[in-house]
Amino acid sequence: MSDDVAGNGAQEGATGTEAVKAGLARMLKGGVIMDVVNAEQAKIAEDAGACAVMALERIPAEIRRTGGVARMSDPEMILGIQEAVTIPVMAKCRIGHHVEAQVLQALEIDYIDESEVLTPADEASHVDKRAFTVPFVCGATDLGEALRRIAEGAAMIRTKGEAGTGNVVEAVRHMKTITQGIRRVSSATPDERFAIAKEMAAPLDLVEWVGHHARLPVVNFSAGGIATPADAALMMHLGAEGVFVGSGIFLSEDPPARARAIVEATTHWNDPAVIARVSRGLREAMPGIEIGALGAADLLQTRGW
Amino acid sequence: MTAAGAIRPRIGVLAVQGAVGEHEAALADVGARTTRVRVPDDLDGLDGLVIPGGESTTFGVVAGQSGLLNAVRTRVDEGMPVLGTCAGMIMLAGGIADGGPQPLIGGMDIVVRRNAFGRQVHSFEADVAIPVVGDPPMRGIFIRAPWIEEAGPSVEILAVHGGHPVAARDATRIVAAFHPELTDDRRLHRLFVDGVRTKGAVTQPREDSVVGAQ
Repeated sequence: MSDDVAGNGAQEGATGTEAVKAGLARMLKGGVIMDVVNAEQAKIAEDAGACAVMALERIPAEIRRTGGVARMSDPEMILGIQEAVTIPVMAKCRIGHHVEAQVLQALEIDYIDESEVLTPADEASHVDKRAFTVPFVCGATDLGEALRRIAEGAAMIRTKGEAGTGNVVEAVRHMKTITQGIRRVSSATPDERFAIAKEMAAPLDLVEWVGHHARLPVVNFSAGGIATPADAALMMHLGAEGVFVGSGIFLSEDPPARARAIVEATTHWNDPAVIARVSRGLREAMPGIEIGALGAADLLQTRGW
Repeated sequence: MTAAGAIRPRIGVLAVQGAVGEHEAALADVGARTTRVRVPDDLDGLDGLVIPGGESTTFGVVAGQSGLLNAVRTRVDEGMPVLGTCAGMIMLAGGIADGGPQPLIGGMDIVVRRNAFGRQVHSFEADVAIPVVGDPPMRGIFIRAPWIEEAGPSVEILAVHGGHPVAARDATRIVAAFHPELTDDRRLHRLFVDGVRTKGAVTQPREDSVVGAQ
């Protein structure tokens, strides 16, 4: 962690602090983060009101279709996207691949997603995210997993859902599971929290923090299967503080209109009239996949621990 | 006559996107009631408005679409007190130094540079002396922060960091490049809300008023 800021002029100040890393996630709240594969898509996303973009070579549905090993994106592509937009640019590294993460930090990416959508590089460990100046977002399916990632230094959490399916059911399950975990911890007695920490395989201090505050210590978005404005609003109803949309926009028939509609629906998630208005005439959403049609080996959400 | 400090003005927080809840908590701490502003009608009965940190391009797209941007601009032109932090400061600026056309609200005679301190890896926290709120300095959290590049004669610079103005006011309009809502230091929010009170623009409480509603 360096003490100096280069920027456009040397500044006094501490970079990479918890407040600075978790703070950017707070600024993204209520917004939509969109997967993009080139500068043109990034510009469409920005013009539609995305609060950030996720730069990657293949969107999750494409990774699912073509198979093989999915890795960090080509830096050339990432740089092109950074030049195209002024909003934050995120990128994915493989689970446990701390060198990919270092490369992304060297590229001055704004947030790293240590993502199960890419092929894991380490089956035992995730990246020690505390060692980085750039903040990380990580996926989670339940409270214990979220707290393990936070203990490793994640400054933002998202549900894993099941990426590339256009099916929101897993994101709903994960968001509800996290919320139920928070309710359980906050209603538990202090001695019960020891047992819960053991059961959830989560650090006791974080379990106690959640118990006292009845929320996660970092911002929690939803991801994995969101394809429509109503899907985005549903996740906000369930307690998401914002949404990631991966394949759902650029695999649909009219990406600019759908991107705009999902942004509107995320702001006005509690106003059905707005969601009805923005949902009109969007043409076809991305084709969806029934989760039961996927084999266990095809599930991305079981990657990581 | 009610003592100024006892008046609980109603402050709106622009809730298109961004750090809304953090500002609501800070405003409640200094005795204001809060309302989330998503559509033009939400501006009715407000004594002041906070434009939070977030993404200014998102504000422009979503608030432009609903007519909210125009409605806010009208109220600001009429003299409604405003506090803008980070993206909020950009929205209240008269212009942007680094180019691209982007919908703004305006109201402060300043030109800002977006992401002036660099990308997120250069985001930082530092002590910022703000004489108008007294000692000690405030802990400024700067996240992909802008700075003020030019300021007109009506603008009073409240703080400078690294040689660049990072907070300013023009009567009851206050802007900061950093995020006082991310710390527990309420002095800048108090300065703003005291300005609202002093302005005497406090309207009658609405029947539906609830502190921290929603």
